[in-house]
Formats: sequence, C-alpha cells, structure tokens
Amino acid sequence: MPLTNELRDDILASVPSLRAFAISLSGNGDRADDLVQETLLRAIANIDSFQPGSNLPAWLFTILRNLFRSDYRKRRREVEDAEGNYAKTLKSQPSQTAHLEFEEFRTALEKLPQDQREALILVGASGFSYEDAAAICGCAVGTIKSRVNRARSKLSALLYVDSAEDFGPDNTVRAVIGGNGG
Amino acid sequence: MKEVKKQGGLNAEIQSRIGHQLRAMYDDVVRQGVPDRFAELIRKLDGPEAAAAAVAGGGDTDKNNGGD
Repeated sequence: MPLTNELRDDILASVPSLRAFAISLSGNGDRADDLVQETLLRAIANIDSFQPGSNLPAWLFTILRNLFRSDYRKRRREVEDAEGNYAKTLKSQPSQTAHLEFEEFRTALEKLPQDQREALILVGASGFSYEDAAAICGCAVGTIKSRVNRARSKLSALLYVDSAEDFGPDNTVRAVIGGNGG
Repeated sequence: MKEVKKQGGLNAEIQSRIGHQLRAMYDDVVRQGVPDRFAELIRKLDGPEAAAAAVAGGGDTDKNNGGD
C-alpha cells in the first residue's frame, strides 16, 4: 500500500518496541539503532508489499529479525568488542546495583542460542502470540513453543542455579528427615 | 509432602522472575520512546524511492544529525 500519513504514524509508533527487540537481540545500543534505521528504510522502500490490514508490527519485526540474521555472522566479532566496552562502562558505576543485575540478565540472555533468544523475546517481552512469533521466525508454532521452553530452562540454569539447588535438596532432605523421624 | 519439580518443568517462582526481568529490560527501552533521529528519518522520506535510495547509499542519514 502507499505510504500514507497514517501508515507513517503507525511505523513510528512501532519504533520503541523495534528498538527494544533490536537491543535484546544484539546486546548493543548503537548496533541496535543501526538495525532499526535499516529496518525503517527497508520497510518504507518495500511498503508496496505490505498488505493493508495485516499486522504491521509483525511485518516490521520480521524485517529487523532477517536483517539481524543476515548481518550477524559478518558483525559477530565487532559486537563482541562492543560488549566488552559496554561492560567496562558499567563497572565504572559500581553504585548502580540495578544496572549490574540488568547486565547479569543480559549476559545470560546472550548465552542462549539465537533461535531460543529471539523466540523468548518475541513471546515473553514483545507480547506476540506463538502464531505471530512463528510467522516472524518462519517456523512452526510448535517449534516456537519448544524454543521458548528451552530458553527459559537455560536462563534458569544460568541465573538461578544456586536458588534452584536451594529449593531442591533442602526440600528433599526435609522430606527424608520428616519421613524417618516421624 | 511438598514436591519440587526438578525435570521437565521450571520452578514457578524462577519462571516468573525470568519473565519479570525480561520485560523490565525490554520495557526500559520501550519507555525511551522514539529518538529524534527516527522521527526525522521517517518525516524526511517522502516515499519508497527515497527510502530505497537511502538503503543503496549506505544509510548515511544517521550521520546527518543537524536539522531543524
């Protein structure tokens, strides 16, 4: 469809969530904004192929996701360097506990396989349905569900392994003691 | 006896903490709104041709921070 003012506004309204998705995927603010910019340019360049009435955010997310994927291998080393710099910036602000916790979570997220990370973000943060997430990633709905589950398990192991062990053995021990001692 | 799921399921509390942190991280960026550079970019592009030219030109619009 043509680039109407209404469509322009709708695209603009998607920018905050596109940025959040891009930052979650790439782990780097500058890189994320470049991705968003390229997504916007490509979306508008190909606006004729957008079906009026279909899901505009999902269409934009698909473009961003594909750009990230096609660019990812080329840029991987560069991104790693940028992450190192990002971590240094954070260490210079030791008082900001929230930022450190935030960084810890982000670091764990970075360790997930890319398939699982994007599925988890789309469903768990962007609020897309499993069906929309499957369309964005070009895979089956069941595949998305299993990626999300695996992502959650892995994050839990990375972040909360200590507390998970606290829950497990403690309860087992208590149960055993309770059962034997009467 | 209280049972804790160890395999095939996540502790509900941990799962809710993960969901909460994920959304907190995401929403922190969403709340930043639309940076000027993107509002300006979309305003400047009058159609698909202009956008296609910007893609082909390597998107040098991001260096162009001046403006009204």
